This record gives sequence, C-alpha cells and structure tokens, in this order.
Amino acid sequence: MDNPIISVLNSTLSTVAQGIKYVPGSDIAIDYIKNSYQNDPFRVVLELGLAIYAVKYMMSKKYRIDQNHVALTEKEIDELIAEWQPEPLVQPLSDVQRMELEKSQVIVGSQGVRPKVQSTGKTLLNLAAANYYDFVNMEHIKEKAIETLRAYGVGSCGPPGFYGTLDVHMQLEKDIANFLGTEGAIIYAQGFSTIPSVISAFSKRGDLIVCDDGCNFAVQKGTQISRSNVKFFKHNDMADLERVLESIRVESLANKKRPLTRRFIVTEGLFQNSGDIAPLDKIMELKHKYKYRVVLDESSSIGVLGKTGRGLTELFNVPPKEVDMIVGSMANSFAAAGGFCAGHKEVVMHQRLSGQSFVFSASIPAMLTICSSEAIKVLDSPKGEQLIKDLHNNANTFRNAILTGANKDAIDLAGDAGSPILHLRFPSEALRAAGITTRDEETFLLQEVVDEVAVKDSLLVTRAKYVDGQERSLPRPSIRISISAAHSKKELEKAAQAIKTSFNKVVSKRNRDKYGTNVGGKKSQTTLLAGAEE
Amino acid sequence: MGKGSRASVPPSSLKSATAASPLSSQHHTKFEEALSVKEPKEKLYWKGFSSSAKNRALFRTSYDDIMEEPPYFTLITTYISYIILSFFGHVRDFYGFRWNKKAFSHLMPSNGYAALTSDWDSFWTRNLKLRIEDCFSVPTSLVPGRTVNLLERYTNDYCRSFQYTGKLKEVVNLASYNYLGFAQSTGPCADAVEDVVRTHGLSSCGTRLDGGSMDLHAKTEELVAEFVGKEAGLLVSMGYATNSTTIASLTTKGSLIISDELNHNSLVFGARLSGAFIRVFKHNDPEDLESVLRDAISQGQPRTHRPWKNILVIVEGLYSMEGTLCKLPEIVELKRKYKFVLYVDEAHSIGAIGPRGRGVCDYFGVDPKEIDILMGTFTKSFGAAGGYICSSKAIIDHLRITNHSSVYAEAMSPVVLQQIYTSMWSIMGRDGTSAGQERLSRLAWNARYLGSNLRKQGFIIYGDRDSPVIPLLLFNPAKIPAFSRECRKRGLAVVVVGFPATSIVASRARFCVSASHTKEDLDFILRIVDEVGDLLNLKMSSRKALEMGMDS
Repeated sequence: MDNPIISVLNSTLSTVAQGIKYVPGSDIAIDYIKNSYQNDPFRVVLELGLAIYAVKYMMSKKYRIDQNHVALTEKEIDELIAEWQPEPLVQPLSDVQRMELEKSQVIVGSQGVRPKVQSTGKTLLNLAAANYYDFVNMEHIKEKAIETLRAYGVGSCGPPGFYGTLDVHMQLEKDIANFLGTEGAIIYAQGFSTIPSVISAFSKRGDLIVCDDGCNFAVQKGTQISRSNVKFFKHNDMADLERVLESIRVESLANKKRPLTRRFIVTEGLFQNSGDIAPLDKIMELKHKYKYRVVLDESSSIGVLGKTGRGLTELFNVPPKEVDMIVGSMANSFAAAGGFCAGHKEVVMHQRLSGQSFVFSASIPAMLTICSSEAIKVLDSPKGEQLIKDLHNNANTFRNAILTGANKDAIDLAGDAGSPILHLRFPSEALRAAGITTRDEETFLLQEVVDEVAVKDSLLVTRAKYVDGQERSLPRPSIRISISAAHSKKELEKAAQAIKTSFNKVVSKRNRDKYGTNVGGKKSQTTLLAGAEE
Repeated sequence: MGKGSRASVPPSSLKSATAASPLSSQHHTKFEEALSVKEPKEKLYWKGFSSSAKNRALFRTSYDDIMEEPPYFTLITTYISYIILSFFGHVRDFYGFRWNKKAFSHLMPSNGYAALTSDWDSFWTRNLKLRIEDCFSVPTSLVPGRTVNLLERYTNDYCRSFQYTGKLKEVVNLASYNYLGFAQSTGPCADAVEDVVRTHGLSSCGTRLDGGSMDLHAKTEELVAEFVGKEAGLLVSMGYATNSTTIASLTTKGSLIISDELNHNSLVFGARLSGAFIRVFKHNDPEDLESVLRDAISQGQPRTHRPWKNILVIVEGLYSMEGTLCKLPEIVELKRKYKFVLYVDEAHSIGAIGPRGRGVCDYFGVDPKEIDILMGTFTKSFGAAGGYICSSKAIIDHLRITNHSSVYAEAMSPVVLQQIYTSMWSIMGRDGTSAGQERLSRLAWNARYLGSNLRKQGFIIYGDRDSPVIPLLLFNPAKIPAFSRECRKRGLAVVVVGFPATSIVASRARFCVSASHTKEDLDFILRIVDEVGDLLNLKMSSRKALEMGMDS
C-alpha cells in the first residue's frame, strides 16, 4: 500500500478535490461520486475520462474513412458530372469472338450420340457433348421423369429453406451419399455454381487455400470469392505441392502467435481443361502429413472413373470419408442438372445455411432430380458396370487410334488413359513450321478442323471454350473430345482417323499457303512437315 | 419442334389453373368446395389497377408508409429478447465447449486442424435458428400450387434431427413463389413438357457454347426478349447464377457498381467477383442514390481520382423481403442526367407485376428501352427454373461468349425451356385464350385484397400495395416460430424470416400471393392470420383507422 506513485496520485487528487470544493454545487456531486464508488478514486478518474472522451467524440467533426476526399462546390460537381463520359459497357466483338458466335452448333431435337444440327440439317456423330452413358435417351428414365412431372409439376417454386425442399431432393441426397460412401450430401441447382459456394462457405478471409493451377474456372472463381489467401502449385505436380505446403509450414513456424487457420487443398479429380487425373493417393498422404482439408472437384469424374463409377476415391482406393468435400456435377455423367457436395454431416449441415447458391437459389426441378436418382440406380447395377467398362474401352480405343497409325504426329494429345475427356492440339513444332504464332491464329486453325470434320466426316466436335481475360491462365487452344459408352468401336476409330487427317491437312494447307505467298524467290526454306504435306 | 406452342395448346380454363395435384385434392373437401366457387368477371378486378400515372397517384405510398415503425414497447422487448437469447446462447456454448465436446467438435480445433467453421459465424444459427428449425426447410411433396403437401415430421432432440411419419399434410400455400399459378402437374404447360421429354430428352448435355445449344434455346430466348421488350435475350440454367455469373462480364476494375443496400445475395456475389468498386445506397431511396452518384462521379476512383470507366446501378424490381417496388421512374430520370448503366433484377416482378405481366416497366409505364439490362428468373411466375438477361444485341452477343454460365455451366434443360415457353405464350395471350390475362388479373386482385385486409386488421405490413409479396412484421423473435407453428396447425404454410436475414428488429412472416388462390382461400387465410394475430398480439399498426378510411 506504500506505493509512492499511488501516494503522489492521491495527494494530487486531493489538491484537485480541494479546488473543486470552491465550485458551487460541487459538494453534492462529490458526495454522490464518493458514495457510489466507495471512495475508489481510480474508477472515478477512469470513468470521468471516458465521459470526457465521449463528449469530445460527439462534438468532433464527422469522421471520414476516405482521407482522400476533395471538397468541391456544387457548381464544380455539376460541371464534372456534365463532363464525364462513360465508356461503353461492352467492346465490339473481336474476330475470334464473332467466329465463336457464328460457328457454335445448334442441335435440333434430342441431344444424343447422333444428334441433328441446325446449320446443315445433317445427323452428326457427337464427340462434343458430355453424354457419357447416353442416359438422355434412356426410355425408362424418360418415363420416370414424366411420372414425376405429373405429380410435381416442373419448378419447385422456392429456395430449399422456404418450402422448396422436396422429398425427391432428400432422396437424391441419400442416393448420392450412399453411392459415394459418405455420411451425407447436399444438392445445388447448377453444377457450375456449386464449387464456388462450397469453397466460400468454409474458407474465409485469412484462411489458406492451396490450389492446383490447372483447375477449372469454377474452382478459380471459388478461391477468388472466398477472399482467402490462395497459393497455387504446378498442375498435378506432387513435388511442387509438397514444396508449397512445406514453405507454408516453415512460414507459420516463424510466427507462432498467429492462430491456427483453416487450410484447404483444392484440386480437380478429372481435369476439364486437360483430361488429366489427379493423383489422389499422394494428395491424401500430403493432406494427412500437413493437416489440410481436401476439396475435390469431381464434376467430370463422378460416374466415370473407377470400376463402378464412384470416381477418384474408388480409382485410388481412398476411403471416401477421408476426403473432406467431394463436389460434383449431375449435369455430366448423370445427364440431368445440378451439382452436389458430399462429405461429413457437419460439412453438409453448414452448407445448408452458408452455401450461398444453395440458400439463395430455388431448388432444382423434381423431374431433373429424379433423372439423377435413376442414373445412379443404373450405374449401381450390373448394367451400369458394363456401361462403365464400355466407356473406358471406348476412351482407350479413341486414344489409341489417335496415338497410332497414319498421321499420328499431327496431333498432340492430352488426357490420361481411361479419361473420356481428351484434348487435341497442334504440336508446337507444326505450328512453328506453319508460321503460326498467335493464339487467335491457332484458334482459327482448330476451327477449320472442326468445320471440316463436320462437313466431310459428319463429326460434331468442339473447341474447348474459355472466357478470355477472366481465366487465371488460358490453356492452349484445343479440341475437346468427350467419349460416350454409346459410341461403337468402329465409329471411334473412323472418327479418330478423320480428325487426324484433318489436323494434318489444315496445317499442311497453311504451310503451302505461307510458302505459296512467299514464292517471290526464297522458296528454299526447309519444310519441317515436308513428309506430312503429301 | 414447337409442339405445345400455338397448335397443341388446348384452351385453358381456370379450373385447371387452380386444381391442385390430382393426388392431393382428394382428402380436403374444404378446398374442393373453394375450387368450385364461381369467379367474378375479369373486368371487375381491373378497376383501379391501371398503370396510368393518374391512377397510380391514388395509390402512391411514401417511404414512411411502407416501413412503419413498431411501438416502443415492442422495440424494447425485441431487443431484450435478443439479449436473453444471446445470453443463453453463450451459456450453452460455454458448457458445450467444455462438457459436450462431441457435439461441438466441428467448432473446435482438433488433431492439428482448425475448426471447420467459426463458432462466432454460426452463433445465431446454432442458438436461434436450430432451435426453431421445424419452421424452416420444411420438406414438401407434390405440386407447390394453391396448396402444398408438407411431410409430417417430429423431433425428439430439439430440432437436431427429424423423424418422418410418412404422412402428408395438405395446407394452403402462402409460401411458394407461384405468383401466376403455373406450378401445375396438369394443363397445357405440363402437356407440352411431357411432349418435349419425348422429343428432346431431359438434358442438353453440355454448355451453350460447347454443343449444348438446342433449337429450343433460341426459340425461347426470342420469345423472352419479345416479352420483356428488348432486342435480345440470353438464358441461364439457374436464377442465382444469372446474376452471379453475368455481372463479372459487364464490369471490370475501374468500373463502379452502385447497388441498393437490400439487393439479393446473387447480385452481391456477382459484383464481388467482378473486381469493380462497389458502393451502396439506401434502400429504394433515389435521393440517396443521387448523392452517391454525385459524390462518385465528381471524386472519381478512390486515391487516383481518375474518372470511372462506367457506372452500373443495380436495383431490383420487387424486393422479395420488403415487398417494395423499386422507384423506377425516378431512377430512370437520374439515369438521363448521370449517364449510368441501369441493371434491373426482375426476379420477383416479371410476370407478377403490371397489367400485361411484364414487370416493373409495365407497371410504371416506363419504356423497357430506357433500361439497359433487364434480368429476371423463371422460378417464380412461370413455374420453371433458371433466369434470363435481356438487353441490346451487342451486349447479349458479348455475354454469350463471356458470361460464365454460357461458357462453363450446363445449358438449360429442354423441359424447363418448354415450361417457360408455354407459360409465357399463355401470358401473352398467343394461345388464343384469355387464361393468361385472367391469371394476371387474379393475382393483382388477390394481392390487393389480402394486403389491404391485413392492413385493415391492424397488422404492420411492409411494402407496396400492389406487391404480391406481403411481409407481415412480427418483431419479437419468439413470435417467429409461434406464428409459423400456429399457422401450420391451422392449415396454412407461411415463410418466416428473422435475424440475420432481416435487421435485428424486423423479423417477419412473408406471404406470397398466387393467382391460384381463390377468394375463399384468401378469406380462410385472413381468418387464420386474424386469429393467430390476436393470439400473438401482432396488431400493432397505428394506421388502422387510416386504412379503414382509405379502402372503404
């Protein structure tokens, strides 16, 4: 109690108190304060200080966050407004964009393996649509859908939280969870919008995402909207992933004070942009080692990879419960619509309240829900096993046909064995030889292939499309092939040959044009593709 | 092709418009009786509902009127309720974190993993919403039409899990967005959809650009563009995504988005993705919008003071939580002066508002050409799914190749397309009947009838008088589950909303009127709400007398 500071303070205070006594009415105030605070001077001082601060704060000028604000008179503002000329909202289309619009095919009647297109009225062999099992033309699914229509109508007329949850939705969630072997699942109304919602429901500002840099656009947008710290590792490069994880570990060791943040590894099962398959076993190893949660986008691989179509977990023999969030689309292999996220009960529960495009969007129509349920039923039957086997065989048939035989050097093929998604590109030497340097030229060249095989060989193929300027890094232009179990072996072999021939022809023609126009004298340039020209 | 459009649509009668699903209408004779009541003639409904300025002036309501304040006593008890709730929440958390680790495991770091979700983020949902979970996410079955069938369920563990009895309970539906009553399993729409399943299948198997475009897409886009009065249209397979994947393709860094403070989450999501600078203005307040515009244009971009590339003002036609119609004429006036681009989200107003059902433009008599981008959804008035963007051809062409949904997301399913096509065809009267027009008139009349009678009963009702969305204010948090349960018990399904979806004091029940409701339904609803309102002491409006005078 003999603290000198306290005694000094006490004496000062008592002097001040003496002075205050001369102020009229001060006795009453002091009496009051004394009584109410049991002669505790510190508290009185503190609270007085607070009171004074509050008064000062209230009297002070309005606080502005924007320190950079320039005070202007009304007249000046009016002038500035009159002067301001906004840029037009959209720029005129570029040549590539115009071509994109003009050349996209429109299907008349039902989608399928052999749809009719509007431009020529011809029936083409479809190598463009993600119609892996041709469920879209399965009669009993159609009948089931009509039955559903007659009981439920089309729209669900409300978000899931507001009477938009139908019993068929709950059934599909159960079906998906059972099919994949997870505790639960939640369904979204659109495949593309699923993963951004899932990522942003869990990963918040300050959390950490380690993401494959070859991931599709939806994943990229998910990492962006979450506002988390995002680090990328080289596409499917486990050594690089480990390097990134290790560097983060070292970094976090350096400043231990920071609280533990949520950390996620985000990758895609079967990459839409390359047809590669992620090495899930290695990823799981690293996940356990560094304590990350794994978000796996299986939009293209669900129903496709693995012996019974259960996706990557089956392919790599990973227990599905260990993958924290399996996200997929029902628009691809199930030929319906919507997306889902499967995982632990808590993972699903949390999304029911925080998955933005789940909460704020109307639920998926009952008819399309039933389609997915039926598709799962088929896949889960012996018939489904046969379909999956056919798909894998077909994918390999096409792949082998591209990689062997005549003109096999005309195409640079991307996509792992067993993947029904394949990307076909011009080999870069061929492009160089043909003097093609820009992306646009390459795109036009590919479109020539697309157009040619459509007319000559009755094939419907498509270039892979991206939103230029919004992708993190644009993959090289390619033709994306989607194989279906309903294709026949002969068709695929024939198609592969036709595409190869066309690739070769288009480049050779360009070569000839190039040297043809240069005929002026220097014709002696070596032609790398001399042999291929014939 | 084109089946179910002009040729094959049989003349619709109101009987089919109001019939609930065949399975459900059997066990409630009460509803069947209601169905057979003869409807007044169409013309009668329209008295005084014209969109002409003169008539509109009669009904013009001020902002104050739309957002009536509750009595102080209610306000104070509401705050106290939340204090008590949060106190008990904290107590529950305190003990839970220590002695009930299993139930709280996802909120705690374990085994080197951070907590799956932050406990603070989920505080309200765990401690408030979960306790009354039986009022939310109510599972239903069959058509969400005039009536809706709830799956009967009960809980033994305070709503942590539910057990289903396997029985259905049919109640009058004030919850679904079924404004024009197109949620039907019979009638011309369903017939056309059935045909399309046979001819076109159920999926388009691809994105719009990757070979997933079908003839039906083009056909429906044309019709939608014509319906809303714009040059061109683009369809997106999900309503939410229509906003969230489009805005990023319209604005970039250096653009400014000025958004109403109560804009829907999808608009916020899209704006955040775009990288543009975002400012908000007070809900439906053109004066505040103007001051934000003046400030933004004169100051330019933050820090650099360079002029904005362009400014996009985003408003909704009808705010689904408030029932307020956007003040379009005033905003269009501002647009002329401040040269911004106007984006109107008509998710709730398209089909539901205006004498021809063409949304807020139709209602206010504004030329749709004045508005740069019109967005809307098909979930609500058309009984389908997905959304549209309509604009000039240049903008739509640009969006076709840059909108995330058309490049990466599945295209709209043929069945949904056909539902949209046939319902819109009917609203436009192209099927040769007046069925569509009749639906519009009935909706307008129903909305007026229910809204004004609830006001007369003394409830505090937010929103515009012609809005088919009628929010009834509850205030006290305990009244949220009470209202919902009492109504359900009496055979009425309503949506209730509380904090954090609304402001902390403004918990509400929301009624969505439908053209499929008959007058008897509405009287039934009024009777129930009156009863429950007395029970819960909800008739707090100080304008009761005024209402009586005005509407008599």
